[in-house]
Amino acid sequence: MVEDKRFISGDDAVAFGARLARPHVISAYPITPQTVVVERLSEMVEDGSLKAEFMHVESEHSAISAAMGVSVTGARVFTATSSQGLLYMAEGLFYSAGGRFPIVMMNANRSLALPWSIYGDQSDSLSQLNSGWIQVYVEDAQEVLDMIIQAYRVAEDPSVLTPFMVNLDGFLLTHTYEPVSIPDQAMVDAFLPPFSTHNKISFEKPLNIGFSTTPQDNLEYKYQQHKAMLDSVEVIQKVDAEFAERFGRRYGGLVEEYFCNDAEVVLVTLGSVTGTARVVVDRMRETGRRVGLLKIRYMRPFPVNEVNRVCETVKRVGIIDRDISFGYEGTVFTNVNSALSRLNNPPETVNFICGLGGRDIPKEDLEGMFLQLLDGSGSGKLERVQFIGMRVSINDR
Amino acid sequence: MIDKEIKRLNARNITDREFFYGHKACPGCGGSLAVRLALKVIGERSCSVLPAGCMSAVGFIYPQMAFTANAMISTFPGTASLLSGIAAGARALGIEDFHAVGFAGDGGTADIGIQALSGAIDRNDKIIYICYDNEAYMNTGIQKSGLTPYGTRTTTSPAGQNLPGSITHKKRLFEIVAAHGIEYAAVASMGYPIDYMNKVNKAKHCRGTSFIHVYASCPTGWGTPTETSIEVAKEAVDCGLWVLAEYEKGEFRLTRKPKSFTSVEDHLKKQGRYRHLSERDLSEIVRHRDDNWERIRSAWKV
Repeated sequence: MVEDKRFISGDDAVAFGARLARPHVISAYPITPQTVVVERLSEMVEDGSLKAEFMHVESEHSAISAAMGVSVTGARVFTATSSQGLLYMAEGLFYSAGGRFPIVMMNANRSLALPWSIYGDQSDSLSQLNSGWIQVYVEDAQEVLDMIIQAYRVAEDPSVLTPFMVNLDGFLLTHTYEPVSIPDQAMVDAFLPPFSTHNKISFEKPLNIGFSTTPQDNLEYKYQQHKAMLDSVEVIQKVDAEFAERFGRRYGGLVEEYFCNDAEVVLVTLGSVTGTARVVVDRMRETGRRVGLLKIRYMRPFPVNEVNRVCETVKRVGIIDRDISFGYEGTVFTNVNSALSRLNNPPETVNFICGLGGRDIPKEDLEGMFLQLLDGSGSGKLERVQFIGMRVSINDR
Repeated sequence: MIDKEIKRLNARNITDREFFYGHKACPGCGGSLAVRLALKVIGERSCSVLPAGCMSAVGFIYPQMAFTANAMISTFPGTASLLSGIAAGARALGIEDFHAVGFAGDGGTADIGIQALSGAIDRNDKIIYICYDNEAYMNTGIQKSGLTPYGTRTTTSPAGQNLPGSITHKKRLFEIVAAHGIEYAAVASMGYPIDYMNKVNKAKHCRGTSFIHVYASCPTGWGTPTETSIEVAKEAVDCGLWVLAEYEKGEFRLTRKPKSFTSVEDHLKKQGRYRHLSERDLSEIVRHRDDNWERIRSAWKV
């Protein structure tokens, strides 16, 4: 078979991935930089290459609400959003996770107002970590296409039944063109069977869905949701392995390690900055610097074991955050430290806040981070939370 | 469009089956009666959607489920959008002879839910949306909504030295819905239950979006005896404060044309929420009623 390879954007790749997953309904509202996704999907519905209904919903709140409606009939649904839109559907995020509706959504990572910015960072999705959605962050267009397909397999697994958010960096990935291999439909069909669930309306056995609980039962429901998220770890790894077997691309499950084996220091990344960091690692390795890179793919479920395995033998760990929990630190940093606290002798950790609102993260900055981690500060500890490349001076109290 | 003759429903030919019972609504609750009677018309091949509000609060407390057909609680603003999704999913899977029906209160419809309702009508999704209007946020404790009439005492529009209760009149919800060019819309009252059920039956036979705005007494929020719920809802129509009407094929129609009105004052003074009203407030309410009817008669060409 001749490989179908195309030069397309990240958003295009999302649309191709969604089409291959054969959703019955697309329920989405336009927002920059997600718009190309909904445009492509609309075109695919129009030209008949995607046998689905495109619902022109009037808001993101309705997009996720309608997606739940589709799912409760037992049909497969896809949606996509970004930034303010993700926040506008926040109620529905928690709701759909609690209702155990395996909706798959693409989120174009974008800054949150104020100040308004259409450019990328990851404060939108990281602010929704507690919503009960599985969250994966991708590095390029091929990965996003593949992850949309994998997302349905994981989300719809009977032991998981949890919605799945595929995150890709706004503009840096959504609007960058790359060569992408489009999998064969028949192969995807063999990998991803039609959606089947008991969590749906029925005329033989009618259901009351999305009910209230008294304090007597609530904890048990929330625990089952928690358990499903924990159980998804195994499913994610199994699906990643099976995908690799069938399509020849393996992503490593919850994390991907790059030169971590003998690393003295490790930088933790999420999303597109990983690509730049690989180049920096290669360059520094050439001069004998023992630097490594840990790409976190899944923020939920969080790769506790993987992070600890990589970090327990290194001197220092730097964590890049394209977000900031104001008055404290970056969200990825908090999560990594929480995992590392289970080690007997956790390494020193440093939080690099950068790339906010679309600010570039140049190779020089990444190299600077590695050098700090390698060299330390002499006697004391490194500054714990650092804003990289700040263009204003900070008034110390 | 509703393209065929529909058999008229009456007390004798409706089903004895119950699709909403064992719930915990207050005695005399008009909203729960609206749900019960509508589901008798719509039947079991359905999925009811109820947002946060009285009916979801009284009907879905695990493990006591009061709906014997499929039902689901939606988000507060999301009744119509969840219905739309259900309709789209059912269509995609080829599920036929199926009805997605929503029951939302006045606040859930005219305030927080109006965006989703507007979108659903715009898409002309095949859904039935029933707004049971008890004229305030009753579930949370009688707070003012966009459909609370002028002069109504609620817990957030208290009547006192300075204010007569609510100082705004009701939004014209029926006309807002009609202005979308909806396939079928109607206004009904639990005081005229057979009329209501026949409107639900019309909605059931509608191929696109349909909407029913039904006046539903709330003894708890209105300060009325529980056994007068039907009577009070009937009086509201008879004194002209509520209108029974339909909107179909682009035209408005009155389904009850009153020759004269009964006393507004007698009707209101029976209700705790209006007992404080002054002469001036009463005349403002009557003036608004008369203006409304004048507008209806000229604009609706009835």
